[in-house]
Amino acid sequence: MPRYEYGGDEFIFVELSEEMSLEVNFQAMAITKQLKEDNVPGIVDICPSNASYMIRFQPEKIHPDDLIAKLKQLEESVSLDGFEISSRIVDMPILFEDPWTHETVMRFRDRHQDPSSTDLEYAARINGFDSKEELIQAITDYPYIASMIGFVPGLPWCYQMVPREQQIQVPKYVRPRTFTSERAFGFGGAFAVIYPVQGAGGYQLFGTAAAPIFESEQRLHDFKDSMTFPRQGDLLRFRSITMDEYEKIRKEVKDGTFRYVMKDFTFTPQQVLEDPKAFSDDVLGRLYA
Amino acid sequence: MIKVKNPGLETTVQDYGRIGYYNVGMPPSGAMDKYSYTVGNILVGNDENAASLEITYMGPVLQFQEDAVIAITGGEIPPKINGESVPMWETLSVKSGDELSFDFVKKGARVYLAVAGGIEVPLIMESRSTYTLCGIGGMEGRALQEGDELTIGTNKKQDVKEGTSLPDEYRLDFSGDNEIRVVLGLCSYRLTEDSKKRFFEREWTVTTEANRVGYRFKGERLHFMEREQPFGAGSNASNVVDLGYPIGSIQVPDGVEPIALLNDAVTGGGYVTICTIISTDLDKMAQVKTNEKVRFVSVDIEEALQARNEYRDTVEKVRQFVAK
Repeated sequence: MPRYEYGGDEFIFVELSEEMSLEVNFQAMAITKQLKEDNVPGIVDICPSNASYMIRFQPEKIHPDDLIAKLKQLEESVSLDGFEISSRIVDMPILFEDPWTHETVMRFRDRHQDPSSTDLEYAARINGFDSKEELIQAITDYPYIASMIGFVPGLPWCYQMVPREQQIQVPKYVRPRTFTSERAFGFGGAFAVIYPVQGAGGYQLFGTAAAPIFESEQRLHDFKDSMTFPRQGDLLRFRSITMDEYEKIRKEVKDGTFRYVMKDFTFTPQQVLEDPKAFSDDVLGRLYA
Repeated sequence: MIKVKNPGLETTVQDYGRIGYYNVGMPPSGAMDKYSYTVGNILVGNDENAASLEITYMGPVLQFQEDAVIAITGGEIPPKINGESVPMWETLSVKSGDELSFDFVKKGARVYLAVAGGIEVPLIMESRSTYTLCGIGGMEGRALQEGDELTIGTNKKQDVKEGTSLPDEYRLDFSGDNEIRVVLGLCSYRLTEDSKKRFFEREWTVTTEANRVGYRFKGERLHFMEREQPFGAGSNASNVVDLGYPIGSIQVPDGVEPIALLNDAVTGGGYVTICTIISTDLDKMAQVKTNEKVRFVSVDIEEALQARNEYRDTVEKVRQFVAK
């Protein structure tokens, strides 16, 4: 049963489910999309998240209980049938085991479950892989859906579109780090993330993204409309790259010529839920066609 | 122009905040004590959203290079012009060449300097507020530095007579306890009944981690209901499938130390949230210092809305008083 909770006098928090699934993520997307289209007066922010969503509102314009009634009604009426997600398929080049996150990983060993191995080695072991290379393979073989945006501007929580038994899961650090390098590629719970900017963080660190996902100067083409690049519903493929390619992309970013390899794509939840693997293969085919 | 001769500990340009971008992970930033900020703008005749300086713990030294009308509101960080004490909560005029400085903090933590016309910096997503973590807004996305020159803007609605001074009833009152009202909820179902009770029974001490991002408190360990962790949440009992954090929400990573998330905080994450500070009491939280004690008081949604109405009435009375 979903939980409807007050977040003080300005927020309503709705937990659709305690556990993560693609289905519940699509539900949160569908309800919040309908709410946006309904243009309810007094709503300030609509924030869909992984298995929940949150609304910021002005109680002078809508009483929280009236808003909750409205949301419950949406929960009843909104269906995934006919719900289309306008999305983009994006190639995300990642340098795994890069020197920058390695330095961070080593600096905060005392906050980790297993101080004697690296985050990647630890994650490979507890997920039953024989080597870290196999884990990297599993991460990069199938694309992810950006299931939530937040934490800091533009950070995408990414959930892999594979059956649950194939999902990679790792714990967060025992105590959060006080430092994470910019563009670090991390993993926590069942989610992959890219840290847009330097800051605190508690996810296992596996590598660094070559391209930015936040750009306050908005120099690059992909940032013309927004300082943040990822959008909820985007389909992201993390691709393992070499140091040579990493340096080439960094140069393009510096020169202002970098553009993400991406394709616009509209899909329905049914397509994903019926056969996540077939859907993932189709997505990769379209991206590199 | 206002020249920064000494920036103080952490002085930032703030307005009402960057509202409406929470869904991309952009926190509102903005003045932490909205009441003092708002009243400051009223005392100099500004638009409601004109930018002011938020001054924390140790004040700056500022030299005015033009005549200006100012007001200083908030915590007791006693202001001086050319070395002479001047009153807070009052419309003051300064002359070109005058130097504004501050004594050590006596009460509260933050003071606001409103200047008629507002501080002029570029609007980023409709706001002038500084968000230092991502380096946007305010003065080049950072706290003030020595040598900065601040431009006075044109966000003024009306003239206010010099010497307009607010009666005590409209000034901050530091005589009572630090009682912070919260609405229990969010994922509070994860706490044991005993921990829920203890959270409200005991005093919590503000640690040195107390800034615009959040306040961390020391007290005692809180405990969570036993459960098999849901898929995707992570293994710690304080982990949830990553979700949105309301502004003012309190989370307890690993049950160890509660953290109240404030204006520059992260917008979401994977820790259990247990309650939310009501909007009026975020102002109060902003005036609490490291090592001070607070007590959290549980109120229901109607009490929270009532407090909000009273707050709005007070601001309206201030507006009428100043307009007279």
